[in-house]
Amino acid sequence: MSEPAHHTPFPSAGNISDAEREDLRRHGILISSLEELYGWGRSNSIWPLQFGLACCAIEMIAAATARFDIARFGAEIFRPSPRQADLMIVSGTVTKKMAPQVVRLWNQMPEPKYCIAMGACAISGGPFKQGYNVLKGIDRFIPVDIYIPGCPPRPEALLHGLTQLQDKIRAERISGPQAARHLQPDAASEFPVPDFGAHDLQPPSNPNLFTAPVLPRKA
Amino acid sequence: MHDEFHGDLLEVSMGPQHPSTHGVFRMVVTLDGEQIVKLKPVFGYLHRNHEKIAESTSYLGSMPYTDRLDYLCSMSTNWAYALAVEKLSGQAVPDRAQYLRIIMAELTRLVNHSCLVGFLFNDLGTSFTPLLYAFREREKILDLFESLSGSRMMCNYQRFGGCRVDPSPEWLAAARTLVEGFPRFLDEYETMLTGNEIMLARTQGVGRLDPAHAVNAGITGPVLRASGVGYDLRKVDGYGFYPRFDFRVPLGEHGDTYDRYMMRILEMRESVKILQQAFRDLPAGPVMDPKAKLRGFRPKAGEAYGRLEGPKGELGFYLISDGSPNPWRYRVRPPSLINLTLLEEMCLGHTIADAVVILGSIDIVLGEVDR
Repeated sequence: MSEPAHHTPFPSAGNISDAEREDLRRHGILISSLEELYGWGRSNSIWPLQFGLACCAIEMIAAATARFDIARFGAEIFRPSPRQADLMIVSGTVTKKMAPQVVRLWNQMPEPKYCIAMGACAISGGPFKQGYNVLKGIDRFIPVDIYIPGCPPRPEALLHGLTQLQDKIRAERISGPQAARHLQPDAASEFPVPDFGAHDLQPPSNPNLFTAPVLPRKA
Repeated sequence: MHDEFHGDLLEVSMGPQHPSTHGVFRMVVTLDGEQIVKLKPVFGYLHRNHEKIAESTSYLGSMPYTDRLDYLCSMSTNWAYALAVEKLSGQAVPDRAQYLRIIMAELTRLVNHSCLVGFLFNDLGTSFTPLLYAFREREKILDLFESLSGSRMMCNYQRFGGCRVDPSPEWLAAARTLVEGFPRFLDEYETMLTGNEIMLARTQGVGRLDPAHAVNAGITGPVLRASGVGYDLRKVDGYGFYPRFDFRVPLGEHGDTYDRYMMRILEMRESVKILQQAFRDLPAGPVMDPKAKLRGFRPKAGEAYGRLEGPKGELGFYLISDGSPNPWRYRVRPPSLINLTLLEEMCLGHTIADAVVILGSIDIVLGEVDR
């Protein structure tokens, strides 16, 4: 089974080529695989967690209003409860006081779940990176699927990030060694919640997820 | 034997992740049945060291950070900071820039108040519909801001000694058209909301704020004026060119949630009047003082407090300079935080559902509360 090319919205089903599928479609015959159907259904009904942290949350709300209309992509049902949500949009600065709650919310979400880091602060701390109380990127504690740069990103950028996530979901396999993360029995679903310690978060990052980049230095 | 029934008190923690706390705000509410007997606000979940960072950054370098303080009204926050620095360095501002600042500040007030009313109705249970109308208007104003400053929300438009760019005649014409059409939006909005029976039942007499108490606590802005205290810095301080403008300051009578809602609607109508006058009288000329120094800016040692009537209340910046390129002390007086101090008094005796509405009517932005 080969990896899907980037330009095809659906992964190819087994031995039937895209041209043959197109030919059959013209005769009124639609063929699909369970995998495709599963990915198609899931990618078009992503329920995000109604969860705003800072400035980016306003642009997230703007993406849900009439002009940008996130409902076109099936993701307009913002759920206030993590138990009903598929997608966590980390929209804004994560402070060290807030980080344990964010990880706890992530742990409370049922699988399959995805995470979008929206804006510079959620990616790396952004303009507030030098602050003593700012977490330098939420990917230190939870796995991030899509990063959307910007300060704040425009609503269109959020929609683009969402369509990228949809492509990612459609490309996921339901069996085999390349199966989606939530279908692998040994993949972690819950992550340790850091403590708000005396000086910093304890631990400051999850070593299984995050390794600090090594800067090449000249001798 | 007890002759009356004593139930247990229940402590509920609302937030920091809650759809009605307008961000990462937490209320620890003690309930007797459904009634609030104690409410403890907990904040600091968005403390991102704005003041500390500003003390290690140049004066101009702090300007983009002020955008992110009150992220719904970046234009007026910019102005407040520019006002403080201009006071510190004795910088003059050209006439055209003064008018442009008033135009931007009043457009920001329209954005803030219309969105706030939308959020307030969200808290009342309308589930998004009024907010859709508010955001429709907000997008129009944001388009103007974007075409002028390059960014929708984080405008970074004001400078010490003027404004960054001069709007084109087309921009001014578009802004004027928008302002002319705004009263129609307000009429439409009010037709939907003001007389609504559920809204009246849930807001009138809810969350009363006594004027004396409000003055003692330092409450400012529409929340104070809803209690009937006529204190508007545009009139009291007369900063900028506001004394040249003819407008009224609406005052409430009861200080309840309904009055706080009406304050916003009436203030928007006054803002439209101010904007019309500003477009009529806008003089020609430079938008920046040619002698203004931005890079390598070092004011002489001293201190200054600049304040203005932001959409949420008195927004002030207090700066101490020791002659170096960055301020020795930088302090923000955030209206949201100080208006929040009387939340418990307003909520006591009401139900937990009312606490959400009262919080919505105070109008907080967590970026400003926690800084």
